[in-house]
Amino acid sequence: MKESLEIMTGTLIDDDKLFTLADLCRSCSVPAEVINDMIEYGIIEPSGDTAAQWRFAGGCLWRVTTVVRLQRDLEVNLAGAALALDLIEEVHELRRQLKINHM
Amino acid sequence: MEYKDYYEIMGVARDATQDEIKRSYRKLARKYHPDVSKESDAEERFKALGEAYEVLKDPEKRAAYDQLGANWQGGQDFNAPPDWDAGFEFSGGGFTGGDATDYSDFFESLFGQAHAQGGGRRGGFQARGQDRHAKILVDLEDSFKGATRAISLQVPELTPEGHVTTRTRTLNIKIPRGIREGQKIRLTGQGDPGQGKAPAGDLYLEIDFRPHALYRAEAHDLYLDLPVAPWEAALGATVKVPTPEGVVELKVPAGSAQGKKMRLKGRGIPAKQPGDLYVVLQIALPSADSEQAKKLYQQMQDELNFNPRSRMGVAA
Repeated sequence: MKESLEIMTGTLIDDDKLFTLADLCRSCSVPAEVINDMIEYGIIEPSGDTAAQWRFAGGCLWRVTTVVRLQRDLEVNLAGAALALDLIEEVHELRRQLKINHM
Repeated sequence: MEYKDYYEIMGVARDATQDEIKRSYRKLARKYHPDVSKESDAEERFKALGEAYEVLKDPEKRAAYDQLGANWQGGQDFNAPPDWDAGFEFSGGGFTGGDATDYSDFFESLFGQAHAQGGGRRGGFQARGQDRHAKILVDLEDSFKGATRAISLQVPELTPEGHVTTRTRTLNIKIPRGIREGQKIRLTGQGDPGQGKAPAGDLYLEIDFRPHALYRAEAHDLYLDLPVAPWEAALGATVKVPTPEGVVELKVPAGSAQGKKMRLKGRGIPAKQPGDLYVVLQIALPSADSEQAKKLYQQMQDELNFNPRSRMGVAA
């Protein structure tokens, strides 16, 4: 197949990669109001003062999409999803530590 | 296709009330939610659960499904009887929950295309294609040199007749130098195709390192357990240490304890500010399998006043 021969180069999404509000909305397929609410709940924190200057670190993309999934699939409200997200991240971190210490 | 036992998947009896079904669904959804669960098959189980709930929560669909009879076993070969749903009225759009393309052939054969059009939170006729997520295993060495990796994906596709099939797609992905575990690469437009004129979704690849014989990676730092002889730790020594970019010499100071951590600056994963390589000393004991070795251990026992348990308040 031709497509298997082509070598594709993607974009690395990490905290060095910054998103504007429009980028983030497009990447997460959510309207700006959803992003606004998540900022209100401290789920994501942009740098910059006004919405036009906001810049979101790459990690925000995962936080937004995870919260959207949690809300949709588990019927939790934003505060509940934010709490779950923090705990999920803590568990991931602990599992990672465990892996490093026990290898 | 395989018959799906939605009651078994939902963990309820066939005569369960709608409330019982809802309770069981909520409990299992929390348990198998792919963002929460660490079970490796969480995603499939969650999808199966969503499909089962799609049918069982809707009294009309449930009644139609029940009509197939209770004698089927999950996994049994199944073909929907012709006009099996005659006499059932399905009100409104079929999919209210998840994503129709994720449902099984079994579901589709029962509740089929007619119900696949409307509803759907992601639905609508102009929906952007779904993003797809996949993990990709790379070697630590790939992060030092950069690499190209092939990845195979199962892509759902709509046939001209409106059926959903899957197709295997192979992509060659460039792994940039300096990639770290857990990082994600986005390939714009390589997700599922959009409906109508809407754009395709994106493909996200999460990087996982294959376990390495020598190094453990933590963010951009590496850890290496380095065995040293007791006399190297006690008297100090210059020892050779493997690093991903070649052997270097490391000075072990006299009086080094077991587990001592030493840093080789900039020898970790490459970047503008490269990570460090931490060498963790592991004191290896020579085995007393020769007369000579036994004699030396004996001599230490006789001549050193060493009680490793002195802090425990017990005598040697």
